[in-house]
Amino acid sequence: MTRNNNKLDTDRFASVLKALSRHRMFIPIAFLAFLLLINVFINPSFLRVSLGRDSTGSPVLIGNLINILNNATELVILTIGMTLVTASSRGQDISIGATVSIVGGVIMRVLCGNETQPTQLHAPILVALLLGCLAGIACGAFNGILVSKFNIQPMVATLILFTAGRSIGSMAMGGLKPKAAASFGYYGNFIPGFPVPTPILITIGAIVVTLFALKRTNLSLYTRAVGINDKASSLNGLNPALIKFLTFVILGLCVGIAGFVQSSRVQTVNPYTIVPSIEMDVILAVALGGNSLGGGKFNMTGSIVGAYTIQTLTSMLTTLNVNTNAVPVFKAVIIIILVAIQTPMLKSLFVKKVTLSNLTAGAGKERG
Amino acid sequence: MQNTVLTMQNIYKSFPGVRALHNVDFTLREGEIHALMGENGAGKSTLIKVLTGVYAKDAGEIYMKGTGKPVHIKSPQEAQRLGISTVYQEITLCPNLTVAENLFIGRTDDLFVDWKKYNSRAERILGGLKIPTKPTKQLSNCSIAVQQMVAIARAVDMDCKVLILDEPTSSLDEQEVAKLFTLMRELKGRGVGIIFVTHFLDQVYEVCDKITVLRNGELVGEYQIKDLPRVELVAKMMGKELGDLAEIHNEAQPSIMNSKEAIIEAEELTSTSGIKPFNFASHKGEVTGFAGLLGSGRSECVRAIYGADKVLKGKLRIKGENVNITTPIKAMKKGIGYLSEDRKRDGIIGDLSVRENIILALQVMRGFFRPFTKTQAQAFADEYISLLGIKTASADTPISSLSGGNQQKVILARWLLTHPDYLILDEPTRGIDIGTKVEIQKLVLKLASEGMSITFISSEIEEMLRTCSRLIVMRDLHVVGELKGDDMTQDKIMYTIAGGSNSK
Repeated sequence: MTRNNNKLDTDRFASVLKALSRHRMFIPIAFLAFLLLINVFINPSFLRVSLGRDSTGSPVLIGNLINILNNATELVILTIGMTLVTASSRGQDISIGATVSIVGGVIMRVLCGNETQPTQLHAPILVALLLGCLAGIACGAFNGILVSKFNIQPMVATLILFTAGRSIGSMAMGGLKPKAAASFGYYGNFIPGFPVPTPILITIGAIVVTLFALKRTNLSLYTRAVGINDKASSLNGLNPALIKFLTFVILGLCVGIAGFVQSSRVQTVNPYTIVPSIEMDVILAVALGGNSLGGGKFNMTGSIVGAYTIQTLTSMLTTLNVNTNAVPVFKAVIIIILVAIQTPMLKSLFVKKVTLSNLTAGAGKERG
Repeated sequence: MQNTVLTMQNIYKSFPGVRALHNVDFTLREGEIHALMGENGAGKSTLIKVLTGVYAKDAGEIYMKGTGKPVHIKSPQEAQRLGISTVYQEITLCPNLTVAENLFIGRTDDLFVDWKKYNSRAERILGGLKIPTKPTKQLSNCSIAVQQMVAIARAVDMDCKVLILDEPTSSLDEQEVAKLFTLMRELKGRGVGIIFVTHFLDQVYEVCDKITVLRNGELVGEYQIKDLPRVELVAKMMGKELGDLAEIHNEAQPSIMNSKEAIIEAEELTSTSGIKPFNFASHKGEVTGFAGLLGSGRSECVRAIYGADKVLKGKLRIKGENVNITTPIKAMKKGIGYLSEDRKRDGIIGDLSVRENIILALQVMRGFFRPFTKTQAQAFADEYISLLGIKTASADTPISSLSGGNQQKVILARWLLTHPDYLILDEPTRGIDIGTKVEIQKLVLKLASEGMSITFISSEIEEMLRTCSRLIVMRDLHVVGELKGDDMTQDKIMYTIAGGSNSK
């Protein structure tokens, strides 16, 4: 009896596992869970979140998980935009790190004017946010026009701002490195008295707005249609160039918000080192989410999970005291493995292996 | 008797589910320009690809001059070594290199290249063939015709005995075509055997010596050009006997054919596709058709009406109102639907589900900020899946995994859902099974009887005769005639296409 039950259980387990492993969200989520597990193994109190006090005595949430959620903000917001750009234009925007620098430069100039240590803000923060977003949108529109109107490959088109962006950011600040008054820091840290880091709230807001937009407009349908077959789309009344342009503008808006959060974290911007190589992390997040970098269909939830996965990986390597210079190597190795197991060839092999090993395990038990 | 340079005997080639070539013979002699003719799917390109080693033949023999035994051509490189060269419609040279570089690239054995030597050699070749260009000119700065000629010169210089010209004239204007013909005659004088694939009848009669006609993968026959009047060529390509009065009875003569309410009126319309200005009208409840051979401009006419190609000149009236349609969305909003000719390229959105493919056009008309709810979309999909009998696992299935006929029904559903006043169906029955074809024809007649104005284009003449009440006949991008009522017979159509008189 027990034997039979055992066999049934293993069979059921194998079939459930097979179905699960075929789901497109399986690998992103499984890998995120796997990383978190390793972290818990290394540090049993990894998942603990506690209420502490900061230097001014306000209550703040403390914990590794909070740090990951907090630090992932820019990555997640940029990934949302990149997912849409990838789907519609079948390519990636590599200028986002540089354009974040431009946004940061604009915001600092607006808040500090020509002073390096102003005691108070030169303009309301809302104005800085709006102008920052406007700068991001302008950069996105520039890239979008090159891609949609002039049919330049996205990676080549965005190479222009990738190259020039950080210098433009520096110029926007008039060559100075100003530090804004402390009240600008609420948006990248804590609002006094409220224990949840503000960036986490901003991320939640961004995700909610995105999911709402995908549900309540035709953004998803149009983007996918254009990415899959732009000839057929245009015969069905769509304007493929306009839709590609629109996705770049949306990514520009994401850059504006990410730049705002990033410059608020330390209230200063070093245009040459702000968000280093973030474009690569963002593109990887899109790929990790199970999206084809060749465009077409996309999976927004997958991308967002992918972004958190990358942030978890980065944090893990830091807490493991991996030499800062060696972090990219570790990251690269893990990412190669991850991307490789998602290729259709290895994926089918993997699925077969899993089911096979389960079956043989079951058979072994039988004999025993 | 001239020397035979190439003989293909009993060639067979099948693809899964398709018999592409069935017992085809082809013979080419030295100094002969030989037209290879046939409609879509006749097997022309398969035959060329077998000859150039792109496809392996299933059975049959190929003999070349000088080789006693059959040759086995396994790759395009091998074909080239045997002296078989092909020049395609699209230029396959490097536009960023000079003419001389293009002539010799990949053919020089020396480690260091003496371009002076090659430039002067190129000069000689160009001069010998009277090609009006310089060796040092960058290829992309030459006209398309000259680029084509350079491709031919390269082939000829590689000691080719058989030159295949696959639709070389499609993108050339009349003067350029004339230059190309001069070059072809020059080569003919040198003893090169030329296989000329084209769909322009006039050009065949201007330059060719012989014609081989294929149809449905089978050899119809080989003819001397002087023995085969145009109208017979058209008949052979279409697979009809002249004077074959086994008329297909037009069960379709709709009762409301005398409706005078014009839905669409086009006046001297012309577009960037190269179509010559044409007049056209379609009335309420009428099924009109565009007849003509492949490439005669049937699709180009309807694409101009729909705004799919940029309209250059002309007027368009919809229900008597002057309209200016510059994009498909404007046409859609005026009540026009267009099922496009190339289903794979212009119709389906492969990775999207059947449901999304069905609602797409209506959704786009409704607007970006007003998406259908999933329930609404599902209701539309269910309605049309059952109405048209679309065979699909579910509405969530990606359209690309459906059979051709079912994909076409999904696209048809997409346009029916927009409830157009005027529906254009461009080759709706191509590549789909006979059962679905009949269903679509019946549906067209039913829709017309309900008052829709429809244009139905098909390469199968019987289908057009069965469904259309009026036919516009086209040749070489011109409208050359209009047939209706008792004039709608196969013979009349073929005479009109061939350019004979309308009255037999």
